Amino acid sequence: MITAEQKPFDEIRGMIAPYRRLLVLGCGSCVAECAAGGEKETAMLGSALRMAAKMNGEDVRIEEKTLDRQCVREFVVLLDETLDRYDAILSLGCGAGVQAVADMYPEIPVIPALDTEFIGETKDQGYWVESCVGCGDCMLYEFGGVCPLARCAKHLLNGPCGGSMNGRCEVDPEQPCAWQIIIDRLGRFDALERLEAIHPPKDWSRKQGRGPRKIMREDQQR
Amino acid sequence: MSRLKHILESGAFAVTAECGPPKGADPGVVLKKADILRGRVDAVNVTDNQTAIVRMSSLAACSLLKGAGLDPVLQMVVRDRNRIALQSDVLGASALGIRNLLCLSGDHPCFGNQPQALGVFDLDSIQFLQAVKAMRDEGRILGGEALSSAPDLFIGAAANPFADPLPFRVVRLAKKIAAGAQFIQTQCIYNLERFVEWLDRARDRGLTEKAFILGGLTPLKSAAMARYMKNKVSGMDVPDDIIRRMEGVPKENQREEGIRICVETIEALKAMPGVSGVHIMAIEWEEAVGEIVERALLLPRSDAPA
Repeated sequence: MITAEQKPFDEIRGMIAPYRRLLVLGCGSCVAECAAGGEKETAMLGSALRMAAKMNGEDVRIEEKTLDRQCVREFVVLLDETLDRYDAILSLGCGAGVQAVADMYPEIPVIPALDTEFIGETKDQGYWVESCVGCGDCMLYEFGGVCPLARCAKHLLNGPCGGSMNGRCEVDPEQPCAWQIIIDRLGRFDALERLEAIHPPKDWSRKQGRGPRKIMREDQQR
Repeated sequence: MSRLKHILESGAFAVTAECGPPKGADPGVVLKKADILRGRVDAVNVTDNQTAIVRMSSLAACSLLKGAGLDPVLQMVVRDRNRIALQSDVLGASALGIRNLLCLSGDHPCFGNQPQALGVFDLDSIQFLQAVKAMRDEGRILGGEALSSAPDLFIGAAANPFADPLPFRVVRLAKKIAAGAQFIQTQCIYNLERFVEWLDRARDRGLTEKAFILGGLTPLKSAAMARYMKNKVSGMDVPDDIIRRMEGVPKENQREEGIRICVETIEALKAMPGVSGVHIMAIEWEEAVGEIVERALLLPRSDAPA
């Protein structure tokens, strides 16, 4: 899932200040799962913005709507009939959602209400952790199902560094050392020999070679 | 030619020290440290923005040391440069006559004075070692393209015998040596027992035959420093008996006690098969190096200029 957190309220207020008619637009996917931009958070942000506007005597109209997915065209088109009522959209989508809406409606400003964080897992209630950097060339087999790019602070492919102590990372002792987990897991599967060979340098052209990455699949195209 | 390589290959016990470049542009600071260390050690490591704090570049400071007649060991971390810049600086170092290179990961940016910086880590230290070895031995950069002339470098790496997990520490050492490390400088040794355990494992794998191991030492200035190293510096193992020993002498004698511990450790290391030398990291206390090597009966250095 893509995780995100809401931007500071005052920052949002600053960005929407020029607009009188605002659509606060939620997204029912990842950002709903991480309680940042779903229907509930969209309603709460809309109310808070209306209240702040009222306290300041601002004459604005703020309404809410939540799409199932802001990052998929089929869902974004549902805004077609309503958009002429607004000067701007405040999106609680992730970075992809904000841009998908902006691409679709070039004539209207789309303002981000969230800071998009990472691809991660829900570990517990209210606790999300990064686990994938989307490198385009998955190495989880070699590393026993633990990604050192996402989970080691130095992205070491031939770790652990000299700061691994008692299974903890020197950068944040609250965090486990990813390399300790890799070694423990591969040891359990009797596969530690996978770590004896030198892992070659990563081919970053798969991640950031030529601008935005694309996936084109003819079998999925109509 | 690398003086360090010459001494190690001759079978003599080598001594290296560390010179931290200044947080400024004055070459005089480096040259003053050069004067303090000249004739006391075989080679001088120059740290590369250690603890992620911006300092004069290691390459520039090495060039100054070289000009002052010392044999510099260029430390390069993979934290701040991608593979293009790393390989480029390796060529530049060789062109400037620098003959020793220590390939390191580097302290994470969060520990330094630029915590907002992007940590590059395009290569890791082992991949970097491998790249430098291929540049030198095959005259090729990463990807296989040929160089017009190869760099001439004695290649080293660091090892921390005190970090976890212990069995894997030796695997990592083996990987560094396989990647190209000809000499190894270790993390500061205060826990001799653990160091011996690590060294035994390394010897069992035949690693002490394949690379020269230099034991790392940092003389303690005070009991407070000992406690700080134990509690605040990651990857550091300072046993309680060392701390008690430092606390057991009056403050004004603690520096002397720190030097004494250091000299005793060197005596122990000299007697260990598989240890080829020592690396003395007297942090902002370069003056201590001369006294330590003298008291450890490591003077005169063989071909050190008078």
